[in-house]
Amino acid sequence: MVVTGTWYLVLSAMLFTIGGVGLLVRRNPLVMFMCIELMLNAVNLSFVTFARMLGDVDGQAVVFFVLVVAAAEVVVGLAIIVAIMRRRPRATADDLALLKG
Amino acid sequence: MLELVWLIPALPLAGFLLLVVFGRRLGEPGAGWLATAAMGGSFAATLVVFLGLIDRPGDDRFFTQTLFEWVPSGDLSVDAGFLVDPLSISFALFITGVATLIHLYSIGYMHGDPNFSKFFIYLNLFAFSMLLLVLGDNLLLTFLGWEGVGTCSYLLISFWFTDKNNASAGKKAFVTNRIGDWGFMVAMFLVFVTIGSLSYVDLLGAADGGQIAAVTATGIVLLLLVGAIGKSAQVPLFVWLPDAMAGPTPVSALIHAATMVTAGVYLLVRVNPVIASSFGWTPDVIAWVGVITALVAATIALAQNDIKKVLAYSTVSQLGFMFFAIGSGAYVAAVFHVITHAFFKALLFLGSGSVIHAMHEEQDMRRMGGLRKFLPITSVTFIIGWLAIAGVPPFAGFWSKDEILLYAWNNNVAIWAAGSLAALLTAFYMSRQVFMVFFGESRWHEPIPAEVPAAAAVADDATSEAGGNEDAEVDPETGDAEPADVPDHAEREHALPADFTPHESPWTMTLPLVVLAVPAVIAGGLNLPFTKDLHFFEHFLEPSLFGNEAVLTGGAGTKWFVAGASIVIALVGILAAAAVYLKRRLSPEPFEQKAFAEGWWIDSTFARLVGGPGTAVFNAADWFDRTIIDGTVNGVASGVRAGGTALRVLQTGLARTYALSIVVGAVLIAAWFLTRASL
Repeated sequence: MVVTGTWYLVLSAMLFTIGGVGLLVRRNPLVMFMCIELMLNAVNLSFVTFARMLGDVDGQAVVFFVLVVAAAEVVVGLAIIVAIMRRRPRATADDLALLKG
Repeated sequence: MLELVWLIPALPLAGFLLLVVFGRRLGEPGAGWLATAAMGGSFAATLVVFLGLIDRPGDDRFFTQTLFEWVPSGDLSVDAGFLVDPLSISFALFITGVATLIHLYSIGYMHGDPNFSKFFIYLNLFAFSMLLLVLGDNLLLTFLGWEGVGTCSYLLISFWFTDKNNASAGKKAFVTNRIGDWGFMVAMFLVFVTIGSLSYVDLLGAADGGQIAAVTATGIVLLLLVGAIGKSAQVPLFVWLPDAMAGPTPVSALIHAATMVTAGVYLLVRVNPVIASSFGWTPDVIAWVGVITALVAATIALAQNDIKKVLAYSTVSQLGFMFFAIGSGAYVAAVFHVITHAFFKALLFLGSGSVIHAMHEEQDMRRMGGLRKFLPITSVTFIIGWLAIAGVPPFAGFWSKDEILLYAWNNNVAIWAAGSLAALLTAFYMSRQVFMVFFGESRWHEPIPAEVPAAAAVADDATSEAGGNEDAEVDPETGDAEPADVPDHAEREHALPADFTPHESPWTMTLPLVVLAVPAVIAGGLNLPFTKDLHFFEHFLEPSLFGNEAVLTGGAGTKWFVAGASIVIALVGILAAAAVYLKRRLSPEPFEQKAFAEGWWIDSTFARLVGGPGTAVFNAADWFDRTIIDGTVNGVASGVRAGGTALRVLQTGLARTYALSIVVGAVLIAAWFLTRASL
């Protein structure tokens, strides 16, 4: 059985879907956050796969950008979540609806 | 020396700024002295510039100084600069000179007023604006000064604004002047469209070179005439000037007699090449406006009993003389009369202020009389002013008025006849005033005849008219600006104590009177008609007139006839007034017609027009503004608001819905790409 690029792409799509569904159905901010990370890494995987399949390192370079941005986003996002949890323990994402129109 | 011209307006401006900052701290009389010093310095600077100007040969007496580019705006470029030529410097000389004396006088007159320093702030600002008006080297700078003097006039008329009459008199002056300002502005647009510049050098050069079509020139002149009619109180916009007497008397003397109201004359003389290139009937329009004003105002002055009202209508009438002088091409005589009038009318106003001061704010001449014995300096100087305005030789007014009438004769005998009639009336009403105030027996304990308050009440109709202004002055002695404390007319009937005797004013008030009396006697020497060599003023002004001065066609005989007629007219007027008001041989009733007392109902007609049909038009405009204009603006706003309200339900505040919408969007886009790829 030969593991081709398609396998990686399918895995990437599955990870992305799991992340997306998790984001929609879970209410715990931390879990939702982890789902977003999952989606980001699914995209990273597809980038690397395509880079490999097309013999072009540009896709791999983009992954580094995504990693850096994701790292920065983690810092900000986690700080916000920690701050929210300090003020309102057990808050779910649905409780955080202060910007309701 | 000409480079010092910027100092002339800069000094009053500096005085104004210093007083704004330190005025309150300086208080009385420091603030007054500072303002007077600033004006005196400005007068000295004007003298220096004047000497520098006459040092040059006649055809080189033209100097412009550009300070900076004021309005750089595409094709329109306006510099802030000064224009020094014989015309502007003649005006600057008498403006600074008279203003200095009136500042000094005000120190005495405003004694004890709680807003003493504020008064001098306004006076200095006024002087600055007026000097900007005459010295500016373009129409826009003149317009800035024009509006500046208008604002100061408004502020000073309603200086004692706690009295409603004063406040509405100020408003009336301002609003009436706006009509004139409209003319001035449109004239400026027209000038810019025609020659692409607003500077006098370009405008006068183009007009003198015949580059302005007669139609355009006529338009410019007529629009400027509208401006001049407003500012210089000509028929039909003269109604604000008599009401302007609600202001303190030095203001009446400075702004509403000597300087600001002559701005219209200045403007028309300044643009004389444009008048020369307009249609031939344009000067006639100016002349008829002037002569009608002179006659109407003189008749009204016959029947006024308020000492300042007589002088106010007299000012309107004299301004009419200046206008028909311009219309007759007698530019020199017009400016000559502006100058002599500034001296004797400022003298008369300041004298009346001294009388009012002495009479404890009484302004009704029927309650004066015999003041000659009590106010020696005031009465002698006032009598000099009277002889000057009545046109008795050798006093200043005779020479300038005779010059005007001579040119009027030369132009159109009908204008001469009407002008001479106005001169006769002038001699009559001024004599009436002098006899009522300074001669005869003292009447200050007598009650006012009963029918008069009623007449005043009619004139008071609808707007702030006559009548009310007797009560307008706040007593500078007590300095009380509270309306409740100003005694009304009925109360003041008994306000004077039984042992009341009028007292002469302090030296700060009498000194200006004495100083002004000197030019009121001798200023005629500026331009004596006897030989060509004695026409000093005419030769001096020549470079500013581009040869547009009318040429007299009559010989020496005409001159002597007109001069003789002027003298006879003056003497007849004085003798008739003496017979009526001094000897009491004739009843004054035929001379004090109801039509005169109520100003030919011009003012009340305006009030009724503006109050009736006018109000309907204003209400319609108001409706249009509120419904259509505001409706459009508010409609856009409320539409946006309704849209926002409808859309806000999309903002649930739940992160999951946002995420879902993103996912749905992503899926849709992906589906679109996939289906397209399969095609």
